[in-house]
Amino acid sequence: MNAPVANKLALRRSYFEASARARVAAVLDAGSFHEFLPPEASEPSPHLAVLDIPGAFDDGVIVGSATLGGRPVLVIAQEGQFMGGAVGEIHGAKIVGLLRRAVEEKPAAVIFMADSGGVRLHEANAGLIAISEIMRAVLDTRAAGVPVIALVGGSCGAFGGMGIVSRLCSAIVMSEEGRLALSGPEVIETVAGVEEFDSKDRALVWRVTGGKHRYLTGDCSELVEDDAASFRDGAIALLARWHEPAPASSTLRAEQARLTERRQRFAGLRDGLDVWGALGVAEPRQIPMMDRDSLVALKKGLPA
Amino acid sequence: MEKLEFRFPAQPATPAAGAALCGVVGSGNLEILIRPGDEADACVVSVKTSARGFGRIWEAVIAEFAARHAAGGTRIAINDMGATPAVVSLRLGQALGEYTGGVQ
Repeated sequence: MNAPVANKLALRRSYFEASARARVAAVLDAGSFHEFLPPEASEPSPHLAVLDIPGAFDDGVIVGSATLGGRPVLVIAQEGQFMGGAVGEIHGAKIVGLLRRAVEEKPAAVIFMADSGGVRLHEANAGLIAISEIMRAVLDTRAAGVPVIALVGGSCGAFGGMGIVSRLCSAIVMSEEGRLALSGPEVIETVAGVEEFDSKDRALVWRVTGGKHRYLTGDCSELVEDDAASFRDGAIALLARWHEPAPASSTLRAEQARLTERRQRFAGLRDGLDVWGALGVAEPRQIPMMDRDSLVALKKGLPA
Repeated sequence: MEKLEFRFPAQPATPAAGAALCGVVGSGNLEILIRPGDEADACVVSVKTSARGFGRIWEAVIAEFAARHAAGGTRIAINDMGATPAVVSLRLGQALGEYTGGVQ
């Protein structure tokens, strides 16, 4: 490795490996974050206590206000290292409360740092209800004209209910390391068998859920490096050009038609490689080896 | 889960923040919350840990921490997911460092 490359890597602060608190500190304007319900004021999950499992003071999610590029934002950051970032009752209530505050305060955006496998199964119905309340609150926030920007690049990705929540957001900023899908690889393998999906095949997992695949299929708007500073720049750039559209049934019908067409177009394809080929990529096998800038350039050249 | 409570005499700490949090409740890790306590010359610790039967090791690790640091006048709450003694010592030092503004 030559010296400039080594220096560049040394300066990088991996978003994937950072804790939620480290991400909050690195993505938002330095020193601007003010936490609502900080650990000393929040409550750990009563459901986990009943099950004799130690909780976290903040129940695995940080909420608060900050500025991003000088503009006021409200912030949600899930901690993937605590129970896979799973959404329990208090965790969900903190997110819903923050989104309702956004409807009233109308900040420039809500920044949602998702890092979660979905519902916290220990909390059963309370977790499921929490997820559905978050979905409704995201849509209410957007309907109030406040964009909700999801950042997906943590070790747990965004799966299950949090996969749906992420796609309900205005736009998604993602790194190659990030993953986004509904059922996670292990769930598919458990339900449908290893012949259907081999969750141990990590390269396959990334080819069908990873950031590059989501960028090529248009499920995420920005592809960034696995670096907190890149996520910050990506979110600022997205916010600068974003105009939250007023909710309209015609937009929803158009999106439904687009997804139906896409489903038919890619029907029967079993691997990201096949999908990329169908999208017009001449050499799909090169995609996993490409760096971020080359992939962005390649996508610009694809047929619309 | 096991709940443990300890109280050790310690030199008074000089807080720089109202509270300090360090670490995450992840596998092999723990979180430590330090807040002001009621007794200036004692460090009061409550532990919730997923690993049962390690009370004497917790006691030894925290006693060593209280003897080595000015950690008096604090109330320390710990949520643990199986951290090793070395990680516990490291996090206690980090949390106290944050609580006292970088001075240990």
